[in-house]
Amino acid sequence: MANIEIDGKKLEAREGAMVIEAADDAGIYIPRFCYHKKLSIAANCRMCLIEIEKVGKALPACATPVTDGMKVFTRSPKAIGAQKGVMEFLLINHPLDCPICDQGGECELQDIAMGYGSDVSAFSEGKRVVPTKDFGPLICGDMTRCIHCTRCVRFGEEIAGIKELGATGRGEHMEIGTFIKLSLSSEMSGNIIDLCPVGALTSKPFRFTARAWEIKQHATIAPHDCLGSNVLAHTFRNEVVRMVPRENDEINETWLSDRDRFSYEGLNSPERVTQPMVKTNGKWDVVSWDVALHKVVDGLSQVIKTSGAEQIGGIASPTMTLEELYLLQKLLRSIGSGNIDHRLSQQDFSDDAVVPVAPILGQSIQALEKNDAVLLVGSNIRHDQPIAGHRIRKAALQNGKIMCVNTLDYDFNFPVAEKIIASPATLPVELGAIVKALAEKTASPLPEGLEPLLANVTVEDVHNNIAAHLIAAKQAIILLGRDAFSHSKASALRALATQAAKLAGCDVGYLPDGANGAGAWLAGAVPHRGAGGSEWAERGKDLATMLRADLDAFVLMGVEPELDCTESQLALKAMQQAGFVVSLSAFVSDTVKDYADVILPIATFTETSGTFVSAEGRWQNFEGVVPPRGDARPAWKILRVLGNLFDCAGFEFVDSQQVSHEVRTILADTSLNNKMQWRCPESLNVGSVTYESIPDRRMYAGDSLVRRAVSLQAVEKSHDAVIRVNQSVAKKIGLENGQQAKATNNDTEILLPVMIDSRVPDGSVLMPAQLPGAVMQGVESGAVTLTRA
Amino acid sequence: MTAISNYLKSLFLLELLQGLALTGKYFFRKKITVQYPEEKTPMSPRFRGLHAQRRYPNGEERCIACKLCEAVCPALAISIDLEERDDGTRRTTRYDIDLTKCIFCGFCEESCPVDAIVETRVFEYYGEVRADLYMTKEKLLAVGDKMEKQIAADRAEDSVFR
Repeated sequence: MANIEIDGKKLEAREGAMVIEAADDAGIYIPRFCYHKKLSIAANCRMCLIEIEKVGKALPACATPVTDGMKVFTRSPKAIGAQKGVMEFLLINHPLDCPICDQGGECELQDIAMGYGSDVSAFSEGKRVVPTKDFGPLICGDMTRCIHCTRCVRFGEEIAGIKELGATGRGEHMEIGTFIKLSLSSEMSGNIIDLCPVGALTSKPFRFTARAWEIKQHATIAPHDCLGSNVLAHTFRNEVVRMVPRENDEINETWLSDRDRFSYEGLNSPERVTQPMVKTNGKWDVVSWDVALHKVVDGLSQVIKTSGAEQIGGIASPTMTLEELYLLQKLLRSIGSGNIDHRLSQQDFSDDAVVPVAPILGQSIQALEKNDAVLLVGSNIRHDQPIAGHRIRKAALQNGKIMCVNTLDYDFNFPVAEKIIASPATLPVELGAIVKALAEKTASPLPEGLEPLLANVTVEDVHNNIAAHLIAAKQAIILLGRDAFSHSKASALRALATQAAKLAGCDVGYLPDGANGAGAWLAGAVPHRGAGGSEWAERGKDLATMLRADLDAFVLMGVEPELDCTESQLALKAMQQAGFVVSLSAFVSDTVKDYADVILPIATFTETSGTFVSAEGRWQNFEGVVPPRGDARPAWKILRVLGNLFDCAGFEFVDSQQVSHEVRTILADTSLNNKMQWRCPESLNVGSVTYESIPDRRMYAGDSLVRRAVSLQAVEKSHDAVIRVNQSVAKKIGLENGQQAKATNNDTEILLPVMIDSRVPDGSVLMPAQLPGAVMQGVESGAVTLTRA
Repeated sequence: MTAISNYLKSLFLLELLQGLALTGKYFFRKKITVQYPEEKTPMSPRFRGLHAQRRYPNGEERCIACKLCEAVCPALAISIDLEERDDGTRRTTRYDIDLTKCIFCGFCEESCPVDAIVETRVFEYYGEVRADLYMTKEKLLAVGDKMEKQIAADRAEDSVFR
């Protein structure tokens, strides 16, 4: 520790810390533009010039390390003079367009100019003008306002991992821009809006919506990935108009993914339902809540009477709150149906009996960056959980070995030490080979039944290397991502990954879908377990069984099965054949209107109170920030009233906290871990198919909210509707780049041009999925035949 | 002593005569009564009457929807909605002043960076219903168009003091 003195205040500062850090810790303000605590030091704005005793010139506080006995003056005439001089230089070329600038009112330059600027400038020549640059649908680039602090450039290099922005030219001709005419493609690009101290980079969806002083700020939790990033919702006239990160070093630091930042647009989508609706003779009528709820009770009672309660299925989205999921399962189980599931992407439910109480990360989010080795199994972590991807990137930059076993050669923003790109069919075998290598290296026996399965599996160098890295690492983790969950042999992947972690002595972690992927398990929204992970005596039907069982009635909550389920075609058919479908949803589409019978409008996460349990097992409560739209009501209230109408016991909740308290009481002594009893997979081979389709999931199609975020959808416009195969597959079928091909997958026939893409493994065809409004919605994984059209 | 003096004053009607003298003095003075509405009092160029929105000589509206007037208005009489117009400029879609709330303090004019919202010399206006006193953007621009010559002259006259 160094003893220093700033403005006469005696302080202790960490050896090697910069003066500005010490001052910030002590609450002494030094003006700055280019310095940011999470970025490297550039010292190019010179705004933080300070006086140091026995030093002739003023020095930048952000680039001057503290030394013992240092005396710093931040408000001396010399320091103030230097800062005022810098301010005058900065204002030479900055336009006086604050009245039309979106940053006006929350601008660092504006604020500091109030303190250090002069009302007269010695510079009377013309100001420079830089053409406005197009950075895509999310970010506005009014580059005349740029003061060249290079925070955005450093963000791209250091945090996002893609050097998309850079400075060209020198002196007066220096310009920040993309090198080639490209829009920003980083999944965290929105952060440069927060970083920019002036109005050069502003949010395009927010453009000219409201002024900083008119906005109310509320703390809430991001609803898209399993990390539960802390956010601030900015509201104006009872509408959410902006989302910005809320600093939390344990979760999202100061960053936020674009999905969490811009998905708020969906909240104000024209597809929001605001009034309860009932379908009578194929015609939709807007009705009162009373009528709609009674229609639900009558409809479900009718089904129970005629064909039994087990003919009712409940499907909920893992983006719903803990309270809502808990009440839905409680309601369904109270009326006699145990068919409840939230695992929309999953196809393989065979290991339900042995899976952990909830799929959790197994480490804290903060600990992810300390891993010496990370093995990603079926995960595009960069797109699916961008904030976790950032932590993994940090681990990689600290010489951590990041390895992956994936079905597609994803474009990661960190160096990948070892990678295995295998078709979905061979994924379990590849993971098995790693387990075999680990067992050989540690001289441990393979668990019961695995040996014969691995007898014919050859261990190659890459498997050995992965095993060696995992064993050598002090701290390591095997992470199972979305592709592992949706795999047709997901149970084998889970068993093998758990086994590999056991052999290597490392952690195993899951990255479940949705904001409440872990919470849904704790709430009991699974067919075989009640709240808190207790075994449920009468096992209900899981999602796959429900979709195949020709059920008479469905209760949907926050879910559009035809888009959210991996087996989307099947899901749509199941909905269409069901006699009575109740949809509790904030949004409505023509497809939903086609199969649903009652639509109950629910409040979105900004309009209701609730809890998300992140993959860490962290309970995060939030309150509604705006009133529900129209006649929409929070889903927990609707479910509570339905419980009362069905005369079910235990539905006397007055607020959502009582519900979460009940879950907490049930959970009292449940500890969360990913330990799993060994259950040997029957086989590792999926069965022989010539070509297997990989649904090309879009980053911004994960839930019904983000699908309605207009700007995010515009980012993905470039997501081509093409069938991608690699060179060798194309050669075998005789296809060339751009040629039309016919792909038949289950009952769907798709006619699209072919694109040769080396990321796709042999034996696989990457097919566009989840394209809104297109026939391609129904692409499922499984066998596909590909021919020239 | 006082009693005697008061007695004499009241005996000779001194105070009455003093009052009559003042009245008499004004009786012969030049009259200042203004025959409103045929005649009008002189007006300062800073007079704060009815609001107007101005245009540039090329016909483009001046207002850029910066919302400073809305923020400064102590009576909360101004409400503004805005959009990005097709040509990329920042413009209002709604600019309303509720004259029944307005206290004519002139802060809006003071805060305007482009001299768009101004207060004119017009003070003779009325409304038969309350809505007539709800000035919309169209009404304000119409006042501006009508009064532009006077508005411009007043700003020019006052500019030396700014």
